[in-house]
Amino acid sequence: MTVLPYLIAGWIFLIGVYGLVTSRNLIHAVGCLAVAQSSTYVLLLGVGYRRGGTAPVFSDAPTDSRVVDPVVQALALTDIVVGATVTALLLALVVQLRKRHGTVDPDALSELKG
Amino acid sequence: MSARGRLWLFLVAAAAFAMVFVTACFSLPPFGSGHHPYGERAVRAALSHHTANVIASVNFDLRALDTLGEETILFAAVLGTVVLLRQTADEQRRRPAPAVVRPRVRWFALAMLPLAMLVGLYVIAHGQISPGGGFQGGVVTATALHLLYLAADYRALERVRPVPLYEIGDAAGEAAYVVTGLGALLAGSAFLANVLPLGTFATLSSGGTVILLNAAVGIEVTSGIVVLLARFLDQAVEIENADDGNDHGNDGKERV
Repeated sequence: MTVLPYLIAGWIFLIGVYGLVTSRNLIHAVGCLAVAQSSTYVLLLGVGYRRGGTAPVFSDAPTDSRVVDPVVQALALTDIVVGATVTALLLALVVQLRKRHGTVDPDALSELKG
Repeated sequence: MSARGRLWLFLVAAAAFAMVFVTACFSLPPFGSGHHPYGERAVRAALSHHTANVIASVNFDLRALDTLGEETILFAAVLGTVVLLRQTADEQRRRPAPAVVRPRVRWFALAMLPLAMLVGLYVIAHGQISPGGGFQGGVVTATALHLLYLAADYRALERVRPVPLYEIGDAAGEAAYVVTGLGALLAGSAFLANVLPLGTFATLSSGGTVILLNAAVGIEVTSGIVVLLARFLDQAVEIENADDGNDHGNDGKERV
């Protein structure tokens, strides 16, 4: 089946969003967001794959060798960096929430505090 | 909204998404096909700029402006974390107690530290000719430093890791990227254009500005990750509420 890798990416995304929707703990929710985002890595690398292709690094491969798409690999790198930094920022927010409100349950955070 | 209602909303939305997504998947070029017009052009452009690692060429040459944006996101996220995790007025800093480390853990971490550091620097330096680069190597280098926390304790880590220095390094890495771009303007070309001599293909000095931009990113990522981890570790080990007693700030190790 030639669409299976794309479908797996969609499945990972939905699993991540399911975790976000049902999450009772913000740290767990940040993890779920990372799972949902990792679906984009699978999709990008799946789109870029070329049957029989090697890594697009020519230091010890002949320059006419068959390689996988380097553009989506660069995009996946960007994706990972942005994902990691956003995760760090969200976890910092969770640390502050825990200190100010004493809970990391998103349902218990409904009231506004002045 | 109740948890049940939320779940139902998700199930409806997920079904709609799945339908559209599956339809789209069947219209994509089949997995593993040979048709990659942008990939082929990127490979040709990288080879013409003597950069053996095409991904480094895409990131630091063809899409150098996008990488500036990516780097700025990293910079902003580190800045945001520093602001969020600062010590507030109602908190105090507690000096972390020395910790006992099992000798085997200590020796393994001490043996791995220089090795991991060297691997990180190697990955940064060889970004233009082998898999890796500033982003990947920067994370390895920053992580290597934290092996000292495993080998000894937080105080030992703090002695070899002056955070203000790394904060400057973070800003300097970001600035070096912009300055390299402006240098291309001074040389009479476009912002971030590859204007330096391209060197011999697949050698350490090949790739022109890719080397400089790669190094700038390496410095920024190393410093940024160190600052980021320092803020989180400070929260876990040192900072505690003034009225909170001693149960906070446990660094997870046995006390002497």
